[in-house]
Amino acid sequence: MRHFIRSAAVAIAMAAATTTLTLSAALAADISGAGATFPYPIYAKWADTYKKDTGVGLNYQSIGSGGGIKQIKAKTVTFGASDAPLKGDELEATGLAQFPMVMGGIVPVVNLEGIKPGELVLDGPTLADIFLGKITSWDDEAIKKLNPDVKLPSQAIAVVHRSDGSGTTFNFTYYLGDVSADWKEKVGVDKAVEWPVGIGAKGNEGVANNVSQTGGAIGYVEYAYAKQNKLTHTDMINKDGKKVEPTAAAFSAAAANADWSSQPGYGVILANEPGAESWPMTAATWILLYKKPDDAATTGEALKFFAWAYDKGDEMAGELDYVPMPEKVVESVKAMWAKEVVGDDGKPLYSAM
Amino acid sequence: MTIASDAMPSSAAARAREATVRRFALTDALFRGLTRASAILVLVILGGVAISLFAGSWQALSSFGFSFLTTESWNPVTEKFGALAPIYGTLVTAAIAILIAVPIGIGIAVFLTELCPRPLRRPIGIAVELLAGIPSIIYGIWGLFVFAPFLQTAIQPFIINVFHGVPGLSSLFAGPPYGIGLLTSALILAIMVLPFITSITKDVFDTVPAVLKESAYGIGCTTWEVTRRVVIPYTRIGIMGGVMLGLGRALGETMAVTFVIGNAHRISASLFAPGTTISATIANEFTEADGDLYTSSLVSLGLILFVITFLILAAARYMLMRIDARTGA
Repeated sequence: MRHFIRSAAVAIAMAAATTTLTLSAALAADISGAGATFPYPIYAKWADTYKKDTGVGLNYQSIGSGGGIKQIKAKTVTFGASDAPLKGDELEATGLAQFPMVMGGIVPVVNLEGIKPGELVLDGPTLADIFLGKITSWDDEAIKKLNPDVKLPSQAIAVVHRSDGSGTTFNFTYYLGDVSADWKEKVGVDKAVEWPVGIGAKGNEGVANNVSQTGGAIGYVEYAYAKQNKLTHTDMINKDGKKVEPTAAAFSAAAANADWSSQPGYGVILANEPGAESWPMTAATWILLYKKPDDAATTGEALKFFAWAYDKGDEMAGELDYVPMPEKVVESVKAMWAKEVVGDDGKPLYSAM
Repeated sequence: MTIASDAMPSSAAARAREATVRRFALTDALFRGLTRASAILVLVILGGVAISLFAGSWQALSSFGFSFLTTESWNPVTEKFGALAPIYGTLVTAAIAILIAVPIGIGIAVFLTELCPRPLRRPIGIAVELLAGIPSIIYGIWGLFVFAPFLQTAIQPFIINVFHGVPGLSSLFAGPPYGIGLLTSALILAIMVLPFITSITKDVFDTVPAVLKESAYGIGCTTWEVTRRVVIPYTRIGIMGGVMLGLGRALGETMAVTFVIGNAHRISASLFAPGTTISATIANEFTEADGDLYTSSLVSLGLILFVITFLILAAARYMLMRIDARTGA
């Protein structure tokens, strides 16, 4: 009996040792990342497919852009992801490389009886005045002027905004600040701001829920959420004075018209881009990783994954209502990797194949 | 020879007894040490929480000073933070919740202990306890999807119209009816703390000696008089304990409140207006708070909640001590 117990104990110990070994081997090959919640669905989908193709896993924690920046600075992850780009001097100081991975659009959504998606048109200054609390009723002259054919109710506007810090808010307030000097001065641009009016809801889904439940509400969500929740989105007047619908084509147009080299680390905010087709509230999301990483092998694996996502991930992105980066930008990013991201020996970790 | 052979086993038995006693002494000492370590662990954890909260909030408290407590503005863009709006929201929602839950809770307890027919007693008692077992996120979802729309379409417009033009009340119940806001979260909190207050009150009501109640009934008291003059005075310490437990839960409740309070850093006279509480603010903003001052301000909010809870519990203890002293004298 005693002998049996001992041999059982030895067997268990050995089994445990082998599992730890295999586990640690698997962990070493896994790429870890943390950050923005907005691109989480597409990163998860890419990671799933990539694992099937190559056996290399990716563990992405969608803890928010701020958290992602903190984690990569603490070097607990291989890459960080953020919806708001870091500034040039901060990239310089931390030795981080930054590049855009995928794009999406932000759309205003409303809840007005009898108004269907795309029937209402707004422009930047009007949207800013609504969120500033200057326009308080749906039959305001400013909205009437933009929508002469729509029967607008005399109903109070209930503004719904994000209560949590968010890259979506950053891009949305950046646009409002760009079109309204008043907004820039009184509220400003950030992932969380001091909202003059309205109620806060947590996450895109929270805003979507609150808008769909509150009569007379207006909010802003990622396009995918508006589409999935069948919310009433509005069209926008863009910088060129043209009316545009929120479509993948309009988001791509904004990206194509952007001057990506104008900012260090491709940190271009795609708000209010010129071009007749450009959707004014397009947003990119960025990846951050070290140019001289401590763990060169894993960073090399991460770059391979991102290259694979650029090359083969476009269709998957489209399915989830994300917009892939333009080819020109991808080429430039890959050239940057080959030049700047190096291992201990000074050799580049990525080589164009 | 016979004596020796008799003595041998008895001395062996004595040794065995001694060994057993020693073993008992050892396990006793071990047991005492373990329990003492557990008790000390609580103190260490509490102290550690207090110290780390204080260290984490030092930056915000030193740069804003006392004005952190008196400023309403919460602006992540300019990094100017003030805690007044979350403190106000926390205190107001908890206070309203207690105001609603205490009379109802005591009412249920009185009914269950004094008036309820026996077959109904258990089902109602179990239902109340089940209410305590519902996770707070469920209350939040129910509040957002069922309760808030009901308030928005049925209750709030009615109240706004009724009190329109009445001085004081008209601003207390001013529109627009969002459905979510301070009052909504206070009502949800009231439902959440109700089972705590009810079950403790019911338990202490059961401790009232039957002879006291029967004597009161014997001299012709009504049920109301017995409850008012005998049962409640006899059990007020226990009731107080239940209320404090409920208040503690109401002050710290996070998820359910986050769903229905509206999360706006504003103080408005209207109870229908959106507001925020300390725990809701932390839950909402901690993940994306970058910048040391922002994070530190959120930790400071945590410290303030810690202090508020501590003060309320201390006040409750003090009140109980005074009642004890008076009844003891």
